Amino acid sequence: MPDQIKVIDKQALDRILTRISHEILEKNKGSENLVLMGMRTRGEFLAARIAEKIKQIDETELPLGILDVTLYRDDFRTSLKQPQVSVSNITFDINGKNVILIDDVLFTGRTVRSALNALMDFGRPSSIQLFILVDRGHRELPIRADYVGKNIPTSVYQEIKVKMEEIDGEDSIYLIELNKK
Amino acid sequence: MPLSSRHLLGLQAVPKDDIQLILETANTFREVLERPIKKVPTLQGKTIVNLFYENSTRTRISFELAEKRLSSDTINFSHSASSVKKGESLKDTIRNIEAMKIDMIIIRHSAAGTPLYLTKICSANIINAGDGIHEHPTQALLDMYSLKERFGKLEGLKVCIVGDVAHSRVALSNIYGLKTMGAIVSVCGPSTMIPKYIEKLGVSVTYDIDEAIRENDVLNVLRIQLERKAGGYFPSLREYAKYFGITRERLDNNKDITILHPGPINRGVEISSEVADGNNQIILHQVTNGVAIRMAVLYLLGTLN
Amino acid sequence: MNLILKDVNLFNPFSNIDQKKVSVLLKDGTISKIGNIDSKEFENAEIFELDGKYVVPGFMDMHVHLREPGREDEETIITGSNAAANGGFTEIACMPNTSPAIDSAEIINFIKKHSKKHLVNVYPIAAASMGRNGEVLSPIAELFEAGVVGLSDDGVAIKTASLLRKVLEYSKMYGLPIIEHCEDETLADGAMNEGINSTQLGLPPLPSVSEDLIVSRDILMAEYTGGKIHIAHISTKKSVQLVKEAKQNGINITAEVTPHHFTLTDDSLKSYDTNYKMNPPLRTEEDVNAVIEGLKDGTIDCIVSDHAPHSIEEKEEEFQYAPNGIIGLETMIGLSLSELYHKKILSLKEIVEKLSINPRKILKISVPQFSVGELANFTIIDLDSVWTVDISKFKSKSRNTPFDKKLLNGQSVGVVNNKQMFIDGAFVNI
Repeated sequence: MPDQIKVIDKQALDRILTRISHEILEKNKGSENLVLMGMRTRGEFLAARIAEKIKQIDETELPLGILDVTLYRDDFRTSLKQPQVSVSNITFDINGKNVILIDDVLFTGRTVRSALNALMDFGRPSSIQLFILVDRGHRELPIRADYVGKNIPTSVYQEIKVKMEEIDGEDSIYLIELNKK
Repeated sequence: MPLSSRHLLGLQAVPKDDIQLILETANTFREVLERPIKKVPTLQGKTIVNLFYENSTRTRISFELAEKRLSSDTINFSHSASSVKKGESLKDTIRNIEAMKIDMIIIRHSAAGTPLYLTKICSANIINAGDGIHEHPTQALLDMYSLKERFGKLEGLKVCIVGDVAHSRVALSNIYGLKTMGAIVSVCGPSTMIPKYIEKLGVSVTYDIDEAIRENDVLNVLRIQLERKAGGYFPSLREYAKYFGITRERLDNNKDITILHPGPINRGVEISSEVADGNNQIILHQVTNGVAIRMAVLYLLGTLN
Repeated sequence: MNLILKDVNLFNPFSNIDQKKVSVLLKDGTISKIGNIDSKEFENAEIFELDGKYVVPGFMDMHVHLREPGREDEETIITGSNAAANGGFTEIACMPNTSPAIDSAEIINFIKKHSKKHLVNVYPIAAASMGRNGEVLSPIAELFEAGVVGLSDDGVAIKTASLLRKVLEYSKMYGLPIIEHCEDETLADGAMNEGINSTQLGLPPLPSVSEDLIVSRDILMAEYTGGKIHIAHISTKKSVQLVKEAKQNGINITAEVTPHHFTLTDDSLKSYDTNYKMNPPLRTEEDVNAVIEGLKDGTIDCIVSDHAPHSIEEKEEEFQYAPNGIIGLETMIGLSLSELYHKKILSLKEIVEKLSINPRKILKISVPQFSVGELANFTIIDLDSVWTVDISKFKSKSRNTPFDKKLLNGQSVGVVNNKQMFIDGAFVNI
């Protein structure tokens, strides 16, 4: 049975999202030309919450898209399981926009690489900025986040598990000790 | 859970979960078809051969688009001759193609059982694009997908397959697939064109097209092969059109009925121009969905390890 | 030379011989003495210890396709005869659908020349119509003189009722049976028996009524003309019923069946393996049961192989386009014993009648009587030998059989005829 410590609770998560929403508006000098893009699965919910907070702070409703990157993965030949595909939902034009790409955990960077490729097939954004809730280190590709919720350095025998109300029934981030086998 | 087989030879033995998975996966690819750039890199580096022993521009193009949109490399191999006596044996052709290191073969052939035979002589994934009067699984899958799109579910849906059922691989695959998914299937056509033992497949039979229209939610109208008339299965196209053709007036018996057709249409024979262009038919949806379904099948087989 | 077959069960229902554990002395291939034989009496006698195996009148297969002349790549008269010996036959009748067809004395002489020195006697069956084309009579009198034992257009039925009438009436003069492949040519465009399996496999169907129609026609013609009809490879329930009724009405009709038609059903075709493709096609369980009943009650007179060699390339074609037929000489005895004798459907007496006595009666060939002074014509069978079919050991040139690796119970271990013996896979002069 792996050990787990809760490193972020519901309140802490909410404060992070408030801070990040402000940072996004600060860096982009407002909300003009911004679009939010959540990566399935939990990035989608983070993006929705950011959109809500920005609406409260700035009184603007940012376009919100959902990106499924399964088809762009690089591990089809090596992975043992066949990944389940889902549907992307981008109903607006991303040409010339500043896209805020949002995901829960940044690890090797490969998923973000897939997302960049996927996004390019939808159009040519003006810029892509990355918001990551937890950066756990161990990059294998030159990818870095523009906005980081929390840095939690981990070893390869650990795992970060993000849980969200919308899908897991609670808001928390766990650091899990895997069994060394 | 991946598909339970590394080939798609037909729908007779395909479990419900597999059909479900294919239909769900097709949603993803249906969305890709709406993008400005209709291409994903998923099957990059895979080589797929379209081995068509029977002429079929539409199915081949549909497969080819599906393959290209998944970024795979496509080769087309057409054979107008189907008999060994006219050239290289099927076995030699397949062995030669396989020696060029290919990953998948899409086979259409006039002899039933050919796709199964291919699985025994080569190691590529085999997809049946139609074998004689046996099966045409991707057609039935796209038909079911189109119905699911329209009705939300297939269970309990009343579908009637109309036309030359005895010589139709589209009919047989649809019967198998729809029954697996819980639909209620019947067939309608001149009695010379309904196979003698079809009821053993759990399908009811009627020779009355008006009854078929009244009693069903969906008609899947098969094309009448003009060559069949030469075999004397029915006296004339005129007679067929009069007694079995789907016309605007006939549809008054069930104004909401949905019409499917695998194409190409013989306007004025099995289906009137009015109906072919009218509001009941979803024929062009079938065509679009066909590419999505084929992309789904290629994806699910091509990424199996 | 002197040859002693020691400790055999000598069994010949034709001449009421049923002797257990006796020995048979052959001198230069002729029966010299039967009974207790003191081997010391006979110098240099070759002794075969047979220890209770059965010696029966040599089996005869009256429906064999030797592919010579025309398709020597598939089988020749010699290789076919070798296969017959290996299968346990001393005599075979060969069908006329060669290329050219057997429709002249020259071809008959050709066949006789090639089979002259062989242990196995080959009796030609000639085409009923010239070239088997269904238009004009073949030269029946000339063919009879040259030594044919029957007439057939096998591969197809005799094309028209009017031609059939002429063939029946003309052949009556010579007492030749007309061996009919019963199939309506307008219903012949199919690849397997019509049934739920043909629908599910998507293969064009061959309705059983096609056979029934021609059986019916032929029975009526036999009755009308007084000629003799022999129904080849009967396969449907209805045909068996028609033959049974015809016999009850005293019509001169006989019938034969192949082992695959009493062993397999059309369920076997699910693999699309062309080794299950033949004409008549494999039918349903109901038909198989009817055929077995027909063997039991005497409706069906004999068992034949319909040995039909085909080249590997041709049988590797797509199922619908592959040629019909399987080889059968080397599995027929094993299948008959396993499926009929050991399953207690037929007694040994009935087996010998169906495989040895009745074919000869139909073709008017003399039946071995086992009398002293007679040329020995035996099949030696081991009723309880359990063996596995191994096509690599076949003497036939072709390999198209569905029975490879099948476990069978009962086997021929050797044959004796024409002063030769075939035993342990080799021919020896005796």
